[in-house]
Amino acid sequence: MKPPTTGPGPPAPAPGPRDLPRTGKGRAPARASPRKPGGEEWPRASGECRGNPGAPREIATGGRSGGWWQKGYYPDVFCRKGGGARAAGPFGVESPICSQSPAGADAGAGTGVGGAWLAAPCPVLVVDRSGTVRGVNRAAAELLPAVVTCAPLAAAGPAWLALAHQRLVTAPGAGSPGPASGQAGERWLEAHPSPGENGAVVWWLTDLTDRHRAEEAERAVRVERRRTAFLAEASNQLLASLNPHRCMEVTAQLAARHLADAAVVVAPETDGRLPLTYCAPEGRVSRGDIPGDPRLMPGLSEALQGFPPVPSRWIDPASAPAWAVPPGFEGPVGSMAVTPLPGHGVPAGALILVRRSDQACFSESEELLARVFAARAGAAMSAARLYAEQAAITSVLMRELLPPSLGRLRGIDFAGRYRPSDDSERIGGDFYNVHPGPGGDEECLAVLGDVCGKGLEAAALTGKIRNTVHALLPMATDHLRLLNMLNSALLGSGVTRFATLVLASAVRRGGAVDLRLTSAGHPAPLVVRADGEVEEAETRGCLVGVLPEVRARTATARLAPGETCLLYTDGITEAKGGPFGDEQFGEQRLRAALAECAGAPAEAVAERVQMLAAQWVGSGRHDDMAVVAIGAPRAGLPGGPGSPIPCGPPPPHADQENRPG
Amino acid sequence: MTASPHSPHSPRPEPAAQEPEGGEPLAEQLWRAVADGDEYTAVDAVTRALSAGTDPESVLLDAVAPVQARVGQEWAANRMTVAQEHAATAVNDRVVAAVALHPASRRRPVRGGITVACVDGEWHALPARLLAEVLRLRGWKVDFLGAQVPAPHLIAHLHLTGPDAVALSGSIPTRLPTAHATITACQATGVPVLAGGAAFGPDGRYARLLGADAWAPDARRAADQLARGLAPADPAVSGRHPVDLLPHLADQEYTLVSRTSTQLVRDTLAALEARIPAMRDYTDRQRQHTAEDIAHIVDFLTTALYTGDAGLFTGFLVWTGSILTARGVPATTLGPTLDVLAGLLHNFPRALGMLAEARRALDTAAPETDAPGAGTPATAGT
Repeated sequence: MKPPTTGPGPPAPAPGPRDLPRTGKGRAPARASPRKPGGEEWPRASGECRGNPGAPREIATGGRSGGWWQKGYYPDVFCRKGGGARAAGPFGVESPICSQSPAGADAGAGTGVGGAWLAAPCPVLVVDRSGTVRGVNRAAAELLPAVVTCAPLAAAGPAWLALAHQRLVTAPGAGSPGPASGQAGERWLEAHPSPGENGAVVWWLTDLTDRHRAEEAERAVRVERRRTAFLAEASNQLLASLNPHRCMEVTAQLAARHLADAAVVVAPETDGRLPLTYCAPEGRVSRGDIPGDPRLMPGLSEALQGFPPVPSRWIDPASAPAWAVPPGFEGPVGSMAVTPLPGHGVPAGALILVRRSDQACFSESEELLARVFAARAGAAMSAARLYAEQAAITSVLMRELLPPSLGRLRGIDFAGRYRPSDDSERIGGDFYNVHPGPGGDEECLAVLGDVCGKGLEAAALTGKIRNTVHALLPMATDHLRLLNMLNSALLGSGVTRFATLVLASAVRRGGAVDLRLTSAGHPAPLVVRADGEVEEAETRGCLVGVLPEVRARTATARLAPGETCLLYTDGITEAKGGPFGDEQFGEQRLRAALAECAGAPAEAVAERVQMLAAQWVGSGRHDDMAVVAIGAPRAGLPGGPGSPIPCGPPPPHADQENRPG
Repeated sequence: MTASPHSPHSPRPEPAAQEPEGGEPLAEQLWRAVADGDEYTAVDAVTRALSAGTDPESVLLDAVAPVQARVGQEWAANRMTVAQEHAATAVNDRVVAAVALHPASRRRPVRGGITVACVDGEWHALPARLLAEVLRLRGWKVDFLGAQVPAPHLIAHLHLTGPDAVALSGSIPTRLPTAHATITACQATGVPVLAGGAAFGPDGRYARLLGADAWAPDARRAADQLARGLAPADPAVSGRHPVDLLPHLADQEYTLVSRTSTQLVRDTLAALEARIPAMRDYTDRQRQHTAEDIAHIVDFLTTALYTGDAGLFTGFLVWTGSILTARGVPATTLGPTLDVLAGLLHNFPRALGMLAEARRALDTAAPETDAPGAGTPATAGT
């Protein structure tokens, strides 16, 4: 073997800290000012080192009789002395050198180092240009038992190392070689090359197994955290709304953001069509629908069947129909999957994931994540659909029980206000209704009543009473007869509750309104005169639903233009509250309030009374409250009775709550 | 003398509508008809203007809204009784209905859905109704739930219809805690809330304080904001506890004072009677009114404790003073009432600070006969 030569050896990378071998523990010594392990700077002995750039250099020991890979030779980066000077090393590499330390006491250092690499804790391999292993130190032998001197690295060592070596020796000009890394058995190693003689490479190995495991675990934790955060977000958003459309929007958005680039939620068939909710890559949501044949898309009909559960199915984008791609999705679809959304016993729908990448599969954990998400989304969508169905049923059944909105009828102003005792209900035991008489100029019949009890059961009975009164309208000319027939109907139907009510038949005569008023166990109506006087109608009678016969006295009253008659339930007068919190609103306050309303239209009177009573109870508990005001319009009504003047609020939307007033 | 808990912050009426060709401005015609309680003249005037080509939105916001604002002012100045005020409002309501039914107002919904509702306990539905009609004119599908909407109804409605936003109208500041609960509940369903109306402060400060997604000073700007779109509420963020937005609630002063408010009213009235001999000769009716006034003061104090804004309380007292003065009632009991309350609430430092600040303001403020924009909050726009 030749002594070290200068010349174009391997490129001469400045062995910065990154390129220097690492020991198991700490960093390699810094280039310009090597530090000893303790961190303190080595003393610089200027002049002690001979800078001799370009010259061959002998290691202090000089003992280089054997090959350069033999013991006694090793890059002297660990040389303890010097460090200020730099010179091209024996391999044509610039490295901190220490040659011929004049410090005699330390002259042995070189000698000691000569064989030290063999015992060094850092595993070292020397591999020549041809890929044959030329030296293995003890640590390396322990780490890689198969790698022995003279063995070809490609056969004995890890493949990645052989490959890195190959690259290094065949492309010497490729710049500073970075460390290579890979697995050796159970262990993760990093190999830092440093140039050796004749193009050989000294590989310094670092065992990174622990670090690798730690990083792996950290990565797993990060991924897991992201997924947990995603599922938590999904739950928050999905649980928030019971609106089926919003649930599908949220599902599509979350899926597009976390599981794919875009997504489509397919809801179960309704009216022969499949409703679709799209989410485009930028998060924009749109809706559409297609004729309900899920067979148009592979995997969709299985997913929509919901049972037996099927896993996500990746399909060829080319076989997917055009509607499966969200509007606004640009560029080709790389891959597509159909995932079922399991519901509560019934399928909640299916989710189509659309990806740009052509990676047509989930990893095992992605599949699990998609399944958990689909389960939550499906449950939320099922709950929302169930709620919507129940609400639709309730709304249909309740429609007849809700207080109607009143307005002008046959030239008479009617206004009603209603407040159930329970704020979460919309109906209660109080009720009112206004029926036009059968002929064009006959009396209208207003009825206001109070069924014993509160809540839904009472409300159900109000429906019965209202329907019965409606059927008995032809008898409205005789209040007592009507009440008795209602009474028999209630007694005969086995209803155990009773009710009080007041009937008011009103007809317009000229500018005035003539009233016949009959109370059946109910507070008598109050009439507000133009001058502010408040009169109680002289009617009295017994309640219905208890005794076999109802007795009652009918009173008459005439309302001059601008005068009003108020029917009310005891929820108003018995409302408890006020500034001290425990007083009843009482009839006196009601009369005083009405006196202030002299001349006001029926609408204003009803609102005023309802408002005062509500303010009186404040946030306290209260009974059902209902009022109906019957007013004779002030002078100047054009067209006379029956004139179709638009009044009251505009017709409610189909889905709008038909609220009182 | 009835000082109702109306807002001291009602906006000033907007300038009257443009003059129709050759005649008196529509707002002026409308005002005379409304003040008269003359529904037919009012409806006729509006119908004529619409048929002549006046923009329905302009009729609503440049005629109806200013007229309603004027109703509030007239009431505050005691030139209109409370019954006249209700009657005028009822006429205005008919006018809005007439505008909505006029062929010139027909629109096909081209935008999403908006739910318009009032805060529970709110009686002034007209501003919300005006907004609802303006939104309908601008192509929204609008569900108007009216005044006095219990929060459970509103939330059920949101679940059923899934609107793009809720427009929540409030004019009575003492309903702010309720408004807060409603805003939070709406947001928890993922629906953003635009708040409007005098209750939320002239600059919308209480809307921001209570975490509303948007605020608008009037119906036009509310419609503009909704047209720009509100981001959907994040249920996770909005599900926060009120204490997150209002950290001062942690001192429990709001909770304790509001819980004992009726006792506080009783004790205050008793202490005032002991202190002011003239009060012993009050009739039952006078005594009742005094108790109601004290209850309003306590209501505003608890609301100020909730919002952490002493100005809300001070503003109410100064305004109440002007309302009383307009009715020829000397506002002499206001100061002593504050002193008595301070004595009763000696354990509550935040309340004491507010009472002291209000006392100073009351001492320095010359009672105004024409309070700043005072009146019933049944004024223009939400």
